[in-house]
Amino acid sequence: MSGLIRFTPQGPVLAEKDGRVFTRFADWLAAPVEARGGAVVLAPTDDPAALDEHLSSLSAIAIEFPKPTDGRGFSIATLLRTRLGWTGELRAVGAVAYDQLAFMARCGFDVFDLREEEDGTACLRAFSEIGVLYQGAVDQKLPLFRRRAQALAAIAERDA
Amino acid sequence: MRLPCMGGAGGGYLKGMYRYDALDRRLVEDRVAQFRDQTARYLAGKLSADDYKPLRLQNGLYEQRHAPMLRVAIPYGMLSTAQLRVLAEIARRYDRGYGHFTTRQNIQYNWVKIEETPDILALLAGAEMHAIQTSGNCVRNVTTDHFAGIAPDEEVDPRPYSELMRQWSTLNPEFAHLPRKFKVAFNGAREDRAATSVHDLAFDLYKNAAGEVRLRVKVGGGQGRTPRLAVTIREDLPWQEMLNYTEAVLRAYNRWGRRDNLYKARIKILVEALGPEKFAHEVDADFVYLEGGAGTLTQEELDRVSSFFVDPPYAGDADADLSNARARHPRFAEWLDRNVAAHKRPGYAAVTLSFKRAGIAPGDATAEQLDAVADLAERYSFGEARVTHYQNLVLSDVAQRDLFELWLAADALGLAEANIGLATDMITCPGGDFCALANARSIPLAETIRARLAPIENEIGDLAIKISGCINSCGHHHVGHIGVLGVDKNGEEWYQVLVGGRSDTESALGQILGKSVAAEEVASLIERLAQLYLRERRRGERFIDTAQRLGVEPFKAAAYPASKPALETA
Repeated sequence: MSGLIRFTPQGPVLAEKDGRVFTRFADWLAAPVEARGGAVVLAPTDDPAALDEHLSSLSAIAIEFPKPTDGRGFSIATLLRTRLGWTGELRAVGAVAYDQLAFMARCGFDVFDLREEEDGTACLRAFSEIGVLYQGAVDQKLPLFRRRAQALAAIAERDA
Repeated sequence: MRLPCMGGAGGGYLKGMYRYDALDRRLVEDRVAQFRDQTARYLAGKLSADDYKPLRLQNGLYEQRHAPMLRVAIPYGMLSTAQLRVLAEIARRYDRGYGHFTTRQNIQYNWVKIEETPDILALLAGAEMHAIQTSGNCVRNVTTDHFAGIAPDEEVDPRPYSELMRQWSTLNPEFAHLPRKFKVAFNGAREDRAATSVHDLAFDLYKNAAGEVRLRVKVGGGQGRTPRLAVTIREDLPWQEMLNYTEAVLRAYNRWGRRDNLYKARIKILVEALGPEKFAHEVDADFVYLEGGAGTLTQEELDRVSSFFVDPPYAGDADADLSNARARHPRFAEWLDRNVAAHKRPGYAAVTLSFKRAGIAPGDATAEQLDAVADLAERYSFGEARVTHYQNLVLSDVAQRDLFELWLAADALGLAEANIGLATDMITCPGGDFCALANARSIPLAETIRARLAPIENEIGDLAIKISGCINSCGHHHVGHIGVLGVDKNGEEWYQVLVGGRSDTESALGQILGKSVAAEEVASLIERLAQLYLRERRRGERFIDTAQRLGVEPFKAAAYPASKPALETA
């Protein structure tokens, strides 16, 4: 029932869990360079800036959510995307729950390793529940006030 | 649903309130549908109580002592007549016929059913209202001066900025789960009527020498068990950068605020741990990346939002000579002196309807009263009313020639007690009669204080008594001239009394006088404090002035005459 949601150009797609191994950032740093692997997982207390010099040797970054209401991962993701320019896979792991998915997506996550009790198919709906975004974020960088005309036109089209 | 009266039917005056467009409307409608689905999943057992909790809280729904409570946002306190009538309808259809105005200019309903909440939210959405982020660990309802836009001492109207902040903070993804709640307030007048010093983040709006709007930014104020006054971290922020700077403040808090201890999770603890300078430095280090970027506010957007907050079509001949009516009706004269405030527009006045009445919980309003206030607002105040953080309602634009008629009507409704700013105009949390957190029953306590002080309240003059049923401080006891806090001692209700707090421009935290006392002792203790003031005051001194001049010691002595029984120090 659970699974892995991945953003594709066609929208979010549900897949089987891929079992990809992410190494804790501290362990990754401590390992010999040739043994490091290309995927790290950050804890909510990790400083994303410390990854800056290592980004070119990584192919995926995960951020752990100890519980659905720990919002630190949202800021870490935002900084990775906007400040450090990370364009590779950004995966949410841990307590990844239906009702947080839309927030996570807005902060730049593109892969969601759903927790066991989630209904993966149902979770696909979570990304489009709210059709109006007031503030800029990673996904839509412009706040609503900088794109009002387009947004109003889109709503009018949807309602027509 | 669409409501009559909304949208300025007949092409008349669109009142000085923000109006939703298709985008704002879509957002609240989507939010209702989302919460309806979440609630259905919860009721079907597909969503655990733990997972549902933060979702319902961010939609205003609490578990209370007797029943769920729904807190509805009233952004910066402003209400149209149509909205007042919807609030009345909710009270009638979904509650027990009344609502309760809070110290955050909101209204809460104490007897709702979980399964009916999505329907209530849909009703609110139809009236351009919502309950988004009225609870939970997120940015809460933005508050400001209840005399915004009409006060003679106002330099900058805070309402457009409050609305811009409301929109930016609504469903902001990065800050959806902060360490703890986050309260924002604005003030644009010389006198601070918005209690900005006890907010997590507050803005004083002013104009610089060049006439440009600037913001003084204050952080880290709050009450609770570690009361702190906010400290200034930026003196002269250009208004265009208000949201970017807020983003930097919130990001610092989101990343570094404590999450291990509920009682140390507010931003005030972080600001104190780092020190205000270091905190400001961290904020600035982030802000440099945001300044001048996509989040920088445009003149066009400020103009768009400001265009809603226009003056009503004031009459040129609104003034009146009230001296005859004053002389003939002493109660009217008292009401004019206490409940009617000066207005920027000659001939107009702001009228406070008192929701502090004998036998009724402070801030409670019945459906009939809400409807009646809507009628009064329509008739006498261009269809607009405001909620004050003192839990009263204001009619903001009343012609002086209408004052006597309005007084008669308000008096007939029991809303004209001439007590604004006096001892019986108490701020009180709902207390143990409703709230699951409270140690003490604030409402019956307020009643005993009222009975004791009402006979001498005019002699005392300005006195802000604020009562909280527990240390969460919803009743603002830390900033009452006299504060009262309910504490639990082995399952019994006891009360601490504080003196010297204030939330105006010269903000200060009250000091605890000493041992906590039993409920039946509180009113007489407070009366002794008032009597001390009456004996010691100098010409023109208010209670708070005397308290500040004398310091706390004489009040301690007056509070605890040697023979009075009391419990050990709390």
